[in-house]
Amino acid sequence: MKQQPLSARTLKIAWPLLLLAAATVFPLVADPAMGNVAVLTLLYAAAAVSWNIFSGYTGYISLGHATFFGFGAYTMAIISVNQHLPGGFGLFLLVPVAGVVAALVAIPIGWILLRTRGHAFVIITLITVFIFQLLATNLRGLTEGSAGIFLPFTGFDPDWFLLPFYYIELGVLVLAVLVSWYIRNSKYGLGLLAIRDDEDRAEGLGVRTGGSKLIALIISAFFMGMVGAIHAYFLGAVYPQQVFDPALTIIIVLMAFLGGLGTLSGPILGAVVLEVAQQYFGLNSQIGYYQIVLGALFLIVMLLLPQGIVRSLARLWNAWRVRSGAGGSPVAPERQPAVVEKG
Amino acid sequence: MSLLEVHGVSKAYGGIHALDACSLAVEQGSITGLIGPNGSGKTTLFNVITGYEQPDTGRVSFQGADITNAGPSKIFGMGLGRTFQLVRIFPRLTVMENMHIAVQRRGIRSLLHRWSAPHERAHAQELLDFVGISHLSDAPAENLSYGQKKLLEFAMILIAAPEVVLLDEPAGGVNPTLAAQLTDRIKTLNQRGVTFLIVEHNMEFVMSLCDKVAVMHRGSLLTEGEPAQVRGNPAVLEAYLGD
Repeated sequence: MKQQPLSARTLKIAWPLLLLAAATVFPLVADPAMGNVAVLTLLYAAAAVSWNIFSGYTGYISLGHATFFGFGAYTMAIISVNQHLPGGFGLFLLVPVAGVVAALVAIPIGWILLRTRGHAFVIITLITVFIFQLLATNLRGLTEGSAGIFLPFTGFDPDWFLLPFYYIELGVLVLAVLVSWYIRNSKYGLGLLAIRDDEDRAEGLGVRTGGSKLIALIISAFFMGMVGAIHAYFLGAVYPQQVFDPALTIIIVLMAFLGGLGTLSGPILGAVVLEVAQQYFGLNSQIGYYQIVLGALFLIVMLLLPQGIVRSLARLWNAWRVRSGAGGSPVAPERQPAVVEKG
Repeated sequence: MSLLEVHGVSKAYGGIHALDACSLAVEQGSITGLIGPNGSGKTTLFNVITGYEQPDTGRVSFQGADITNAGPSKIFGMGLGRTFQLVRIFPRLTVMENMHIAVQRRGIRSLLHRWSAPHERAHAQELLDFVGISHLSDAPAENLSYGQKKLLEFAMILIAAPEVVLLDEPAGGVNPTLAAQLTDRIKTLNQRGVTFLIVEHNMEFVMSLCDKVAVMHRGSLLTEGEPAQVRGNPAVLEAYLGD
């Protein structure tokens, strides 16, 4: 009897919905001890997806996204404390506000940083984080310096304390994925990918490279700001070293690379794998040797999986299809070594 | 007035004068060949015309408008498309995606349109068919052979329906069959009104295709004329073989 295979299109729509359904019911059925890990995993997944909107698509590797995370966190903390806002669900309304502040901050920062390319850009984004960490430490009138700011107490029942955070984060993640997906399918997104491959050539074919990069950074910063705000409320306190933290972006970058830079699902997959691993190693060790494991993992990913899990799996799948005669994507017979463009 | 005019353009890199008071005129509807020994300034001239480099002195005009200091994006938008000596395509995008880079929308509208509309896709497929690589439309561009990449780059320009196409060594590294095919395509497009300016070392290719040939030597124009005239010119031979 001949079986009707599921069409690729149905699968494409079905699996994200299935995953979403699983993520929605997860905290209701899972061991409460897993809740904390789940909340942090979603947080990192949302951060990795928003980082990917800028760095994954344009190829400009930013190590400075902690800046936008920090602005989101401080916006949340400063407004709620200065306005004497009560804790509770109402404070979540500040999350989009924090996103907007981070997005506004991205305009001047991007205007300056995007004058550089390649390695210079990577370094200067990293330096930006230190600059704002220093500012946050010293502008005590606004930030309370290294003493930090304590946010209003949530007042949530300990029995379901994690759930609001979990679902708000899931909402931000879904929104970020939808925006990422939409951009990938737009002419604008194709322009970003063209910038990644050859910026000058893209410019020469009519792509507005400068404006495109800045807009991608603003969108990316908006989501990072929201993630930072949720994180601040979740932890209940904000310190300069904890939010303007270079290690934060490095972990996000690793997640995106592990899953697959520039792919839609890669950053989520990378976040799930890494965060769960990090929690596992962290909880099982007093000296935190997971940092060594993390460093080793970074090396392994860069050496063996530079394309990330998603693309490597896709390649294997394609190769299998070609072998089994189902026909993969056509590939030209002869291969030529890569040519380096002069001047 | 010619369609594309270069007036006394100079460009120096440190002490090296890549272009030295170079002037050139390209007539509407022509296929103009640009030849000259290595290092005579052909590619630099292309870069200056298409906005990738700014000249130190001199002027470039297209359809009567001054484009000397305009950027590559603006010049491309005015109808001046070019290819590169070493192909420049977008390796990690598919062939079809590459075809859509030049079909951009300005500003916010680029966010409101899907990367490919059905009519754009059909047109892209038509052009890929025209250059003979339509069977590769879903392949990653990096998997193409060098010759196929050159054809893709050519088709990527054509989708924007340029008035003038500047080709930098289109036959370089391409097998004779493909080169013949390319000659044929260029002639077809020329009959439809597209003007060509072609840098090429393959003399057979130039002589069979161009209706006018300009010879560059040491950054300026040595001579120009019909292919047969230029071929018989002793100054040209001297430039190539050394004096």
